[in-house]
Amino acid sequence: MMEEHKVIVELKQIATRFGDNIVHEKLDLKILEGERVALVGGSGTGKSVLLSEIAMLREPDSGEIELFGEPITQMSGRELLAQRQKIGMMFQQGALFSSLTVLENIMLPIREHQHISGSLLKDLAMLKLRLTGLPEHAAHLYPQSLSGGMLKRAAVSRALALDPPLLLLDEPTAGLDPAGAAAFDDMLLELHAALNLTLILVTHDLDSIWTVTNQVAFLGERRVLMKQPIEKMVKDTHPVIEAYFANERAKRAIRQELI
Amino acid sequence: MNEEKQPPVISESSDGVQLRGEWTTPYLKQLQKISKNNTRHQVNHIAIAQLDPNGSRVLLELIGNEPSAWPEGLTKEQRGLLELVREKVGPVPAQQESVNLLAALGQQVFRVIRHGRELLEFAGQLSALVFSLIRHPRQLKIKMLLDVLQRDGLNAVPIIALLAFLLGAVIAFQGGLQLATYGANIFVVELISLIMLRELAPLICAIIVAGRSGSAFAAQLATMQMNQEVLALKSLGQDPFAWLVLPKLLGLMIVMPLLTVLSMLTGIGGGMFVAMVQLDLSPVEFIQRFGAVVDPIHFWVGLIKAPVFALIIVNVGCMQGLLAKGGAEAVGHRTTRSVVQSIFLVIIVDALFSILFAQLGW
Ligand SMILES: Nc1ncnc2c1ncn2[C@@H]1O[C@H](COP(=O)(O)OP(=O)(O)OP(=O)(O)O)[C@@H](O)[C@H]1O
Ligand SMILES: [Mg+2]
Repeated sequence: MMEEHKVIVELKQIATRFGDNIVHEKLDLKILEGERVALVGGSGTGKSVLLSEIAMLREPDSGEIELFGEPITQMSGRELLAQRQKIGMMFQQGALFSSLTVLENIMLPIREHQHISGSLLKDLAMLKLRLTGLPEHAAHLYPQSLSGGMLKRAAVSRALALDPPLLLLDEPTAGLDPAGAAAFDDMLLELHAALNLTLILVTHDLDSIWTVTNQVAFLGERRVLMKQPIEKMVKDTHPVIEAYFANERAKRAIRQELI
Repeated sequence: MNEEKQPPVISESSDGVQLRGEWTTPYLKQLQKISKNNTRHQVNHIAIAQLDPNGSRVLLELIGNEPSAWPEGLTKEQRGLLELVREKVGPVPAQQESVNLLAALGQQVFRVIRHGRELLEFAGQLSALVFSLIRHPRQLKIKMLLDVLQRDGLNAVPIIALLAFLLGAVIAFQGGLQLATYGANIFVVELISLIMLRELAPLICAIIVAGRSGSAFAAQLATMQMNQEVLALKSLGQDPFAWLVLPKLLGLMIVMPLLTVLSMLTGIGGGMFVAMVQLDLSPVEFIQRFGAVVDPIHFWVGLIKAPVFALIIVNVGCMQGLLAKGGAEAVGHRTTRSVVQSIFLVIIVDALFSILFAQLGW
């Protein structure tokens, strides 16, 4: 199985520091094409920072990052730009541009990278908007007037504007009600299946982890302690991991009995 | 991952029209060209290496929306993607129509009226608050008041002193040139004193405070409004006005008269300096003349304007801040408006004062 899938992201011996605060040290992680990976770990273990390093938004202090099989440290500016277009990032607060409508937000990356006619541009943006399940009338709304759930969908639409094969999401379901979060998870799964995506999401939402992801990478002790499916993860006996999932296991057990 | 890049191509051979290459986002421009130039062609065979949603959208234009009519050669996944995209493409919904000229004018008028009402309402709320403060003095947030005194009063001293000094010097210089031709050098004292005391000192002071502090008030409150901090205060059982507006109001009411006196003094000082250098009028003569001819009423006329200007600046700045809605852009917009409006109102009120004082014969 390892052999037939391409490695999309490979982190080797990553170290990240903020002054004296060592966030990552000797961190290794490998993510294969088509995987749906959850990055979990306690608060402040550097999940968001790691995500922005994968998105090439900040550089690790040492170590090497390979994206799509190529080390990014040796890339020229133009190659980096091309690489960046292959990665879609959804920020925790959505980060939609507040002076643009949803449609304009989605059109912006396409317009800046491709010289195509306005009608096709609008068409493609509408396509992305509907792919994430937004209602059509949302197109002309400004981000301020969207609900939390719509905002997240709009953010995903913009992240998908250039059809990146890799989609990164920072706490996508945080702040959504359970039904909204479940719907969002379903949308992610649909997109994953239809668009041949690789997903990496930072999340604290255990329901998302169970439904969306097929691999969980656990951050602790400044590195990735373990990467394995959630079924195995909850049975892991590493003390940090055990503590994190302690409640979850009890809950699942009760739920199993109820069913 | 070192596969060759394959640009999309359309080719014609003996067995018909064929599509090849990568139909993906990086080639959108070429794809659009292909689809535009070949709308008439019947595509017979597809051997596309890669396809993504953006590419699918263009491909659909070539091969049509009917799955049964799609040419052979599509992989199962490509077919699936095409079907999904076919389902999801749709026109951009119509936007709200733009209204006609007359209606727009009407809307504009209503907006101005509404805005005036809001300003009055806000002033009303403020005065109610001031009265309630007199009854419950503990409502006052002393620390915030001190903050205002320092930031908007003390820290503004150098800039106001400098500008008033320069203003006084410039007026004395220009006026002195004219007066000297009549040999009426000594009248520069009246010129500079009356202008500075009655008009320019309060005005320059208000303009600088509006630019320095009024804009800061608007920006601060707009940002807090956007972060829902104002609502948070309310939810904690606090009166946002008491926290955010009242200290500013009291602070500026205290500080503005002081700054006005400061700019009167430095302004006259500037005039005195120029009189000495240019008109050979020694400071002693200047001050003697000042004491002899300048009625104290002129000082009070100038000073009485200061708290009124303070009220305008706080009122406009805070109201613009609290009215902010939307995103980061609104903060900038509200800040600009607060400065423009408060300077506008300050000058209008100054003119009204002139009329009033003329009637009173002051
Ligand atoms: N710009 C920064 N400057 C200084 N320290 C930072 C910066 N960004 C992050 N950190 C530190 O790095 C550590 C990891 O932060 P990060 O935001 O990645 O945590 P996280 O795992 O995403 O936590 P959470 O689950 O709460 O979002 C924290 O200790 C944080 O204080
Ligand atoms: Mg985080």
